[in-house]
Amino acid sequence: MNRPGLLTACAAMLRRDLTLAWRRRGDIAMPVLYALIVTMLFPFALGPEDTLLQRIAGGVVLVTVLLAMLLALDAMFSSDIEDGSLEQLVLAPQPLALMLGMKILAHWLTTALPLIVIAPLLAGMLHLPGAVIPVLLLALLLATPLLSLLGAVLVALTAGTRRSGMLLALMLLPLCVPAVIFAAGAVAAAQQGLPWLAPIAWLGAALVLAVVLAPLACAAALRIALDA
Amino acid sequence: MSNVQTFFAMGGYAAYVWPAYAVFFIVLIVDTVAPRLRRRRVLRELRARLARQDARQSRVRPDRASSTPITTPPSL
Amino acid sequence: MSNWIPLWLHKLGSPPTFYRFAGTLRPWAMALALLLGAVALYGGLVLAPADYQQGEAYRIIFIHVPSAWMSMFIYGVMGVAAFIALVWRIKLAEVVAMESAPIGAAFTFITLVTGSLWGKPMWGTWWTWDARLTSELVLLFLYLGVIGLYHAFEDRRQGARAAAFLAIIGIINVPIVHFSVNWWNTLHQGSTINLFGQSKISGDMLWPLLCMMLATKFYYVASLFRRVRTDLLALEGGKDWVRQIAESEAGQ
Repeated sequence: MNRPGLLTACAAMLRRDLTLAWRRRGDIAMPVLYALIVTMLFPFALGPEDTLLQRIAGGVVLVTVLLAMLLALDAMFSSDIEDGSLEQLVLAPQPLALMLGMKILAHWLTTALPLIVIAPLLAGMLHLPGAVIPVLLLALLLATPLLSLLGAVLVALTAGTRRSGMLLALMLLPLCVPAVIFAAGAVAAAQQGLPWLAPIAWLGAALVLAVVLAPLACAAALRIALDA
Repeated sequence: MSNVQTFFAMGGYAAYVWPAYAVFFIVLIVDTVAPRLRRRRVLRELRARLARQDARQSRVRPDRASSTPITTPPSL
Repeated sequence: MSNWIPLWLHKLGSPPTFYRFAGTLRPWAMALALLLGAVALYGGLVLAPADYQQGEAYRIIFIHVPSAWMSMFIYGVMGVAAFIALVWRIKLAEVVAMESAPIGAAFTFITLVTGSLWGKPMWGTWWTWDARLTSELVLLFLYLGVIGLYHAFEDRRQGARAAAFLAIIGIINVPIVHFSVNWWNTLHQGSTINLFGQSKISGDMLWPLLCMMLATKFYYVASLFRRVRTDLLALEGGKDWVRQIAESEAGQ
């Protein structure tokens, strides 16, 4: 029996999801466009004063990225549920948690990475000082995978239901509060010239924990939600 | 009389104390009444279903107590 | 020797036995809750002297603090029941977890409303982003998430299992939120408010508080039992024991 190795399976999973995402490039652009529009509306609503915009820039960019990710979160498993390939994945000989981890990675690469790439632009639109932008990017690099991982567990829980959009936001809100606090806290601390390493370290610790635990939780949640 | 009035005045904080107690009681009363209504509804539905089942059983096969699935289509 | 404990638990876990057991205990729990609640109200509203700092407004504490305790206690019960439901797949544990959620949400809501009614005259504001208040708000969202997820599924038992999973995630989340909001407050140097000040609470104020705490506990038992009984009837609709109950209560 010629069973492909784990690495091969992981690579195949990742390639498949990335290919699928690439064939629907328009969907990748949607969250980016959304983030741009939301960020653009803030100066119009609050007035163009530099000091005010500077003060809120970090928080606005973080919350905008979070909401844009939430927009795309719903679609993480939906097409796989519709065509039944998720059930195949559950039955596959490879560990489900690992395969789901690959799916989450692919999802992060296609939705969060473009957002991180345009984050300097968003921050620049709100006049965030250039020296703070590296901290913002670092915070985003740690916070967005955390949100993808936590979100994946919740998406898996709602896999057996219809109309899960608003419910997903309700469920994610309590979970993402700490991530938002530490990410925005790091940016705020850097802006005030305070040491910003501690919140970044907390984010990193949370991310390490989530990388280990979230795929397992995601697999367990999926088994609960799909078992009819 | 002044005693009762001072009690209800709550030292000037009546506008905060009494709404708090009102919320406490209203929420708990709703929490008590809602399951009571639900229980009544569940029992009514249950009885309706049982009555339907009884009616069907006595109509289809009055001679047998235990029912077996009877809707097997004739195989061609 | 002590074999009877698991045996008894196993027996109690069967729906018809629990239905009868809860039916016998529920009126007693409700009567105790009403009695203790009335005593606590009399003690708190009439007997206890006015606080020398807060005046009469502190009397909100007699319902606020027990509700806050209940909101966390019920989440704990829900978490334990959810764990049992997921590990041993006991139907009764699922029902207990899911029916605890609305009661817990009710107490959390009461806590938030009475808290801001107390805060307005004391702090001069309805709301402050302090760790305790924020955690309570997050708790409300957790409860709502569990209730929402439970009702999103067509199949009740599947919904209960999914929501039980969410409840367990939430248990891990609450301390993290509390810690992060504490950290956040030190960063932003927000309003630092001592919820109870430094004053020791006196005996005249303490006993109505403890009395109300017991009353809310008994109320929870009574309300939970009523909800669980109803749920068991709905879940076990086709079984014989439910049929007997439906027929025996037809005349009422």
